[in-house]
Amino acid sequence: MSDWRRAELRARTPESTTARTLHLTVDGWPGHLPGQHVDVRLTADDGYRAVRSYSLSAPADGDRIEISVQPAPFGEVSPYLAEDFPVGAGIEVKGPLGGWFVWKPERPGPVLLVAGGSGIAPLAAMLRARLDLGDAGPPFHLAYSLRDPGQRWFGALLDGIAEAEDPAVTAACLYTRTAPPGHPRPVGRITAADLDLPGFRPADGALAFVCGPTAFVEKAANLLVHLGHRPDRVRTERFG
Amino acid sequence: MRDGNALAGPLSDLFLPDPTTAWRLCPGCGTDAALAALHVYDQGPAAVARCPRCSEIAFRVARHPGQLWFDFGRGGALRFPAS
Repeated sequence: MSDWRRAELRARTPESTTARTLHLTVDGWPGHLPGQHVDVRLTADDGYRAVRSYSLSAPADGDRIEISVQPAPFGEVSPYLAEDFPVGAGIEVKGPLGGWFVWKPERPGPVLLVAGGSGIAPLAAMLRARLDLGDAGPPFHLAYSLRDPGQRWFGALLDGIAEAEDPAVTAACLYTRTAPPGHPRPVGRITAADLDLPGFRPADGALAFVCGPTAFVEKAANLLVHLGHRPDRVRTERFG
Repeated sequence: MRDGNALAGPLSDLFLPDPTTAWRLCPGCGTDAALAALHVYDQGPAAVARCPRCSEIAFRVARHPGQLWFDFGRGGALRFPAS
């Protein structure tokens, strides 16, 4: 049984014009695995409580955690967290949670990450944990479906991967509406060609993690299964 | 709609091992799925977890003041890895 722990907001950094990463410190945080999430509980002055789940977007780092929040239109919790929750203020956190949508860094095989929009958040934690392993880590590829360049979260992380030109860790942005000038891939939704990659095929023992809105997750997971991936090696997390 | 991953927090009050990695063999259609892969509808008074293939109800979880309901209905069994 995990209990609610007190967390404090240390900083808020932008991921897009509206999305924010919240940097929190949590009393007695026991550490976590890439892909796990927390439940966040807000209590209003009148005692009303709201609980929401947020993926941890960075690997374990002492008592510090990061969650990344896209404010939902007319949302009750996410706009407050993204815009108004003051630095230095307290909040309650339960976690780490979840043992299914988790990458264990000691697992040797290649990993295919498939993100739709803000579904990038738990996959960013996996990517960062992979980069921490250096040359010893397994091959990783991120296929990141997003609407336009303004919605590209974790820009510094993705730019660093592009600049490193390490064939073992690669990332591709799949723009669905507007791509930056000179982008090699035509604009459009995710296709089998975006996921059928040498080194990440079923015969390579690849493990796939798919995260995003329900319709995106259904489509990407079906593409992977049709490419021959075993359904239990296609781990999914869906929201909305 | 969400999925069984989102139940890790609410069910941590009931289960010592993480229940989202348990498996459920659907008595309706025979689909074997991790609890994390179930479809979860949690906008109502209870969170309803359903088979991702045939939509049969697997279980319901409801939090009432001072009470936590966990209703298997006829949704079958959960299978935990054990040593």
